[in-house]
Amino acid sequence: MRLLEVRNLHASVEGREILHGVDLDVNAGEVHAIMGPNGSGKSTFAQILGGHPAYTVTQGSVAFRGHDLLAMSPEERARAGVFLAFQYPVAIRGVTNAYFLRAAVNATRKSRGQEELGPLEFMDALEDKLKLIGWDASYLSRPVNEGFSGGEKKRNEILQLAVLEPTLAVLDETDSGLDIDALKTVAQTVDRLRRPESATVLVTHYYRILTHILPDYVHVLSGGRIVKSGTKELALELEQRGYDWLREEAAVG
Amino acid sequence: MTSGIEAQVLQPYKYGFITDIEADVVPPGLDENVIRLISGKKHEPEWMLEWRLRAYRHWVTLTEPHWSNLHYGPIDYQAISYYAAPKQKPKLTSLEQVDPKLLETFDKLGIPLEERKLLAGVAVDAVFDSVSVATTFRETLAKQGIIFCPMSDAIRDYPDLVRTYLGSVVPHTDNYFAALNSAVFSDGSFAYIPKGVRCPLELSTYFRINASATGQFERTLIVADEGSYVSYLEGCSAPMRDEHQLHAAVVELVALDDAQIKYSTIQNWYPGDEAGRGGIYNFVTKRGKCAGRRSKISWTQVETGSAITWKYPGCILQGDESMGEFYSVAVTNNRQQADTGTKMIHLGRNTRSTIVSKGISAGHGQNTYRGLVKILKGAEHARNYSQCDSMLIGHECGAHTFPYIDVRNSTAIMEHEASTSKIGEDQIFYCKQRGLSAEDAVSMIVNGFCKEVFKELPMEFAVEAQRLLGISLEGSVG
Repeated sequence: MRLLEVRNLHASVEGREILHGVDLDVNAGEVHAIMGPNGSGKSTFAQILGGHPAYTVTQGSVAFRGHDLLAMSPEERARAGVFLAFQYPVAIRGVTNAYFLRAAVNATRKSRGQEELGPLEFMDALEDKLKLIGWDASYLSRPVNEGFSGGEKKRNEILQLAVLEPTLAVLDETDSGLDIDALKTVAQTVDRLRRPESATVLVTHYYRILTHILPDYVHVLSGGRIVKSGTKELALELEQRGYDWLREEAAVG
Repeated sequence: MTSGIEAQVLQPYKYGFITDIEADVVPPGLDENVIRLISGKKHEPEWMLEWRLRAYRHWVTLTEPHWSNLHYGPIDYQAISYYAAPKQKPKLTSLEQVDPKLLETFDKLGIPLEERKLLAGVAVDAVFDSVSVATTFRETLAKQGIIFCPMSDAIRDYPDLVRTYLGSVVPHTDNYFAALNSAVFSDGSFAYIPKGVRCPLELSTYFRINASATGQFERTLIVADEGSYVSYLEGCSAPMRDEHQLHAAVVELVALDDAQIKYSTIQNWYPGDEAGRGGIYNFVTKRGKCAGRRSKISWTQVETGSAITWKYPGCILQGDESMGEFYSVAVTNNRQQADTGTKMIHLGRNTRSTIVSKGISAGHGQNTYRGLVKILKGAEHARNYSQCDSMLIGHECGAHTFPYIDVRNSTAIMEHEASTSKIGEDQIFYCKQRGLSAEDAVSMIVNGFCKEVFKELPMEFAVEAQRLLGISLEGSVG
């Protein structure tokens, strides 16, 4: 089943065009890696899928399960099952992780006409998810991302991912700033969360996360366009050759 | 985007209605005759009138202070009426004799005065313009020797206590507005908790301004005798009127050896409209004296109303090992201005004080924290911890912090932390991307910011405080 259909997407920030026509199809059950050098527009692409108001789409379309994603507000997207794991998650003082997670889950449940979960029921459901990322319950009573290390923040994003069980997860450089062990835990968790009815778009600069989450497709974003698509072998080739050859290829082509 | 956030904080004022009731209002203006008139209306003893006149004679020598970070036009003290009371039977002995319109008014404000309807555990003194209209649970409290009554009654019925303590913490020479209040104060609450008694109810006073072109000048005095405990709550509101109205209150607290007073305020006077028309000028002097050893006074305030707020609830830590606390949330929106904070004066040995201040500015609001921590020479091993946090919503508002520290004893330990944050697009977007609406996101963020203060409030008040900030009950507090 087709989950995401991106067509000729052009987008700008502060009047400067960053994406110059991106096309992408993602089906249920697939993992797509979007790779590319710094400044290629990878993060812009992820933020646009999430609905960040600082980015303006100037041309093209994005459909999520056949619906116009761009017409939806960020919260509508989230409730419909689009999840963006942030590259720089923000801290929210005085609001516990447990409260935040439950508020997020209940916002979606409410929008679907389901009963909201009370604190106790919710805690029960959380236990397994915590285990998955190797955390104890003490993280639940800490304020959201406040005083968290870079690695803890990323892990917290994955905890949210595990709890919210989105249909489409967009991971924006979730691997950056992680040490090898943390990377392994985070990546393996994402891999374990794969479900046949959902899909993942993994935005990354590095190959190493892909050794834990095997992508079905790899796309190279360069200069605001997808300049090459392939399977996981392409990632390996990028690891060995870098990005420059593609830039040259794109310039020639 | 930010306008959405602001709209959330910018809740319409819900208490702006006017009660249509016949009132006994003295003509505007202030001189010694007006003071004699007020004193006469209250059937006060001669000593009280003398006390007022002394304050008045001092007040006329003073000029209005302008050192605060507040900007407002001149106040015409001769254009204000200093006494307004709803006309009713002269002597009230039961609620049946209270004008139903007044009961209805307090009902509408969420303060039912029939004891059976009241929240369990709260005794209320209801003050309407210049007079107290009802005080609940007086008899229940009296059984334990606790006095809780309107100040006017206390002056007549407990002259010794009143003469001993009135003006003992805030003398009429303290400042301009305290002098004015001492001269013209109308009603307010008086509470006395005898030795070793833990007050079984929360005591509370609800102040309502109704009449136009009048000022409200209430006076509250709470005395906690040795080893006693009391928690006191104060709430207030006023109709929406185009003119500014003056509110100049004085609150004095006295805690003797091992006594504890917890004083909580939710200040929700009419703040004026978006353009800054109308609203209450709130010039208040609140101070507690920890007179006894190991005594403790704790101020918690949530300031959401008033066009102008000028208020520094403080503690004089006189007794050795006494403790003072100040927890504050001040919100300024539209054209509101607040200059608020505390004074902690350490006199005794091993005295401790804690200050936690949260300022939230939105719209064109200007929020100033002004605090003084003074450690005097004899205050061996005094400690203070201060934390001042400001939050900005939007681009037109301001946050200012003026912490004054005066230490005269080298054994003192002082800690000061401060932060300024902005509810940014990124924070809101983060919450929205998890499915929360912008309103819920702002509520959650503001609530989390105020958490350390809200947890100091009694349960019902914490709920009220959250609601006032436009926050649902199911907040992140607790």
